Amino acid sequence: MINQMMTVVQKRIIAKDTVEMVLQGGAISFVEPGQFVHIRIGSGFSHMLRRPISIADVDHIQETITIIFKIIGAGTEELQNVSTGTQLDTLLACGTSYPVQDLELKHALLIGGGIGVPPMYYLAKVLREKGVQVTSVLGFQTKEYVFYEENFKALGNCHIVTDDGSYGWKGNVNDVIDAQSIPFDYYFSCGPLGMLRAVSNKLEGQSGFISIEERMGCGIGACYACVVPTRDGSGFRKICKDGPVFPAGEVLL
Amino acid sequence: MSFLTTTIAGLQLNNPVMPASGCFGFGKEYGQHYDLNLLGAIIIKAATKEARYGNQTPRVAETASGMLNAIGLQNPGVDAIINEELPYLRNYETPVIANVAGSTVEEYVYVAKRLADSKSVQALELNISCPNVKEGGVQFGTDPVLAAEVTSKVKEVSGDVPLFVKLSPNVSNIAQLAKSVEVAGADGLSMINTLTGMTIHLPSKKPLLANKTGGLSGPAIKPIAIRMIYEVRQEVSIPIIGMGGITSAEDVLEFLLAGANAVAVGTANFLDPFICPKIIEALPNVLQRYGYESAEQAVGKGHEHGHHYISRT
Repeated sequence: MINQMMTVVQKRIIAKDTVEMVLQGGAISFVEPGQFVHIRIGSGFSHMLRRPISIADVDHIQETITIIFKIIGAGTEELQNVSTGTQLDTLLACGTSYPVQDLELKHALLIGGGIGVPPMYYLAKVLREKGVQVTSVLGFQTKEYVFYEENFKALGNCHIVTDDGSYGWKGNVNDVIDAQSIPFDYYFSCGPLGMLRAVSNKLEGQSGFISIEERMGCGIGACYACVVPTRDGSGFRKICKDGPVFPAGEVLL
Repeated sequence: MSFLTTTIAGLQLNNPVMPASGCFGFGKEYGQHYDLNLLGAIIIKAATKEARYGNQTPRVAETASGMLNAIGLQNPGVDAIINEELPYLRNYETPVIANVAGSTVEEYVYVAKRLADSKSVQALELNISCPNVKEGGVQFGTDPVLAAEVTSKVKEVSGDVPLFVKLSPNVSNIAQLAKSVEVAGADGLSMINTLTGMTIHLPSKKPLLANKTGGLSGPAIKPIAIRMIYEVRQEVSIPIIGMGGITSAEDVLEFLLAGANAVAVGTANFLDPFICPKIIEALPNVLQRYGYESAEQAVGKGHEHGHHYISRT
């Protein structure tokens, strides 16, 4: 983790209540897929907790990172209202990453749900650079929440699924996995707890990695706000420090 | 160095600023980002006899100028803390204050004795004020008789290690509590712990925290902390570590003026992980600006005038 000011160089609404923001700063070179940025909201004390937001893309030439967040409360509302040129106080490259450099794999299955979709995008890009084939299954509430479909399609097969069937498949990500026989060595998943639980159960016994979202305090492992028990009952993991990325089966969802 | 040097209950501190218990883990995470020797002291996370997992998540929620937490005293148990966590802090000269929690008087005594005997900590902070656990914690801290009993029993086993008692603000007469633990032998006080609060999540229409209630901290509670320290300073002569919403060196001076001898910074560490060294760096200038030659000189000075005077020039 490093603390640095990053400048908002671009922002746009890419789906309902969904904001894409590009931040430019110094040391982005060590950001790995799956890590998050812990952002201070405002400069005073109206927001005492930073917001953990996953990193959707990294551009090493422009020295930018892209974050995508959903407006769900006063903090994210204020964040989306900042104008370009604003400097944001960030803790960058927090948490663990998907260990793609250490894995022998030919074909990856990426499963993202809602605001768990963004980290899948940078992961997909890094995997493609490694020559890995990527198939994405992306779940959203309805058509108006869908984003980045074309971006994912440029990197491999991409299946969109919506809860109400207003776009793509109707149902949830598991319905698509059931209907399609997708070959993969490892799966990678990020999304709401219910989705991660369902995906982990379906793909029980397969190798994979999941990424968990939780309300956080410090973001560096000191406050024990965002813990999750280990599946074997032996202890717990801190989501901000030991995670957010965990090997499938390590923690109890 | 004498500008900031502070002595509390025989404990020599290079400066009066330390992170508050529960907000700083056991130091390792922050130690990766700055030199812990910069701190006046470190108050580590609460220790109980056995390991505790704590409450279900969500455990934190943001509120106006503050936050609610319901961690629930999660810790690996006193033996693991002594064997696995405290050796790291021996790499530093900064005094370590161990927060002691329990469900019964016997458990408080056990944990305090283990920590005092370990020689790895320089003081104890008796946690009789945690609002987030069903047993232990706050019921000892809201009854002056129970508070005095647990204080005197722990004092019997703590030996030369000074004992600070952390007071709860969730009482109607904090000065009475403070006096009773002073009489029972406390070497100092820590105050205040968090205030019990709740927030309701609109989309689900339910309390946001899994524990329903949590402890309110942050700048929102600072005026309460200042008032309580001011009241308690008039009743006791033992040193006070003041805490509750400190975010700046100006806040530190305000706590000193109210009667605190040292201060602890809690929630602000989450907003800015480097806040403690920043406050320490800024403190000499702030003290000088308001006419003090040392931190100790400012202690209790807020009591010297019956009323305040605001210049209209």
